[in-house]
Amino acid sequence: MKLPPFEYACPTTLPEAVQLLAAREDAKALAGGQSLVPMLAFRLTQPTLLVDLRKLADLRGIKITETGVRLGAMVRWRDIEDDARLSTAHPLLQAAIAHVAHYQIRNRGTVGGSLAHADPAAEMPGIALTCEAEIAVVGKSGARVINAADFFTGALTTALAADEIIVEVRLPPWPQGRRWGFQEYARRRGDFATAAAAVFFDEDASGRARNAHVGVIGVADRPLRLANVEALLNGQTIDGGTIAKAETATAAAIDPPEDIHASAAYRRALAGTMVERALQQAGK
Amino acid sequence: MLIRFEVNGSAVEVEAEPRLTLADCLRHQLRLTGTHIGCEHGVCGACTVLVDGDAVRSCLMLAVQAEGAKVTTVEGLSDDAELTPLQKSFRKHHALQCGFCTPGMITTAHALLSEEPDCDAARVREVLSGNLCRCTGYIPIVEAVLDARAAYRDNAGGVAGKA
Repeated sequence: MKLPPFEYACPTTLPEAVQLLAAREDAKALAGGQSLVPMLAFRLTQPTLLVDLRKLADLRGIKITETGVRLGAMVRWRDIEDDARLSTAHPLLQAAIAHVAHYQIRNRGTVGGSLAHADPAAEMPGIALTCEAEIAVVGKSGARVINAADFFTGALTTALAADEIIVEVRLPPWPQGRRWGFQEYARRRGDFATAAAAVFFDEDASGRARNAHVGVIGVADRPLRLANVEALLNGQTIDGGTIAKAETATAAAIDPPEDIHASAAYRRALAGTMVERALQQAGK
Repeated sequence: MLIRFEVNGSAVEVEAEPRLTLADCLRHQLRLTGTHIGCEHGVCGACTVLVDGDAVRSCLMLAVQAEGAKVTTVEGLSDDAELTPLQKSFRKHHALQCGFCTPGMITTAHALLSEEPDCDAARVREVLSGNLCRCTGYIPIVEAVLDARAAYRDNAGGVAGKA
């Protein structure tokens, strides 16, 4: 369908963008537009003003320092794919982002757009949650930092206020030697995940897992971290027996929805398998 | 809104309301109907054009966002006299039946081969997974793209200076 009518603004500074959003109740920020424009085409949302963020240079760039990886909100999937530093600075991020959408969408879709859209099956929200990312935002009452754990409040719903814009997402530093895995199942690569799992853990001197993090997407109204599975992994050697327990615990921990793509039982089993395979990948 | 950008090497000036997609702007305002609209919500890839060299879905971009950009459509790849090596390869391999998806396939493959002239079949399939062909002709399409790689290694696909 053709898009509903709206006004358009293309501010050149962040304060100007915030002001535009704050002044109009149903204004919306436009980043890459790869989720928002289809929503408009389906008339699922009808904002009266779109505030295009494309000229805001502050929102671009990938910064890698000893405090971690900072992704500007307007960083595109393509930028993450092309940044050779990330293969060591955050391999889990790069592996997960390789599953995001198709070639043309990857040239425009952005980190901030995906976080703000908060699709329950999207990779970036899942990685932000699993890695305990901080999401830096700015609004009319100033800047604040929201923990990913508090950011996703439901399907397509976040803690972001109507006048707030995501500035960047901060991923904690990634130590050398960390074990990780990312596994996703979609009927066609690039489509939204039917289910996917992101895992990482560090190892103590005797090779046992510590600091285990396990996240799943596509199985609830938001990305989930599975504390029961993490507890089960910590202090253990990640062998076949531990992995089998993690698979069972994953399936037990979730209550996935049913839709035309998969039944609840199938999704539950699939999520277990994704965690199993991600842990096997991490062990290699 | 009055917007100015470049299409296929020529400066254009268009009066576009904000809700007009780049795809509709190209087709209706600029009469460049080589860019096809299939799904109109970013799934089928038929409307793929190049914006500053990147393949993008023109149904998911507003025309007003193209302000200042260099846009290349399928019309901009060859001159009227001769097909490009990629287009010839599509003909040679029978890589189209009804042809509706072909402009999107050509623009997407052109973007890919311009950057990765040595890509393998798996990469071609991955990149073209965002382009739907309902005549189920993917195998000849992949073969056509692979066969055109040599032209991109040697002389930018025969479209140097245009795209």
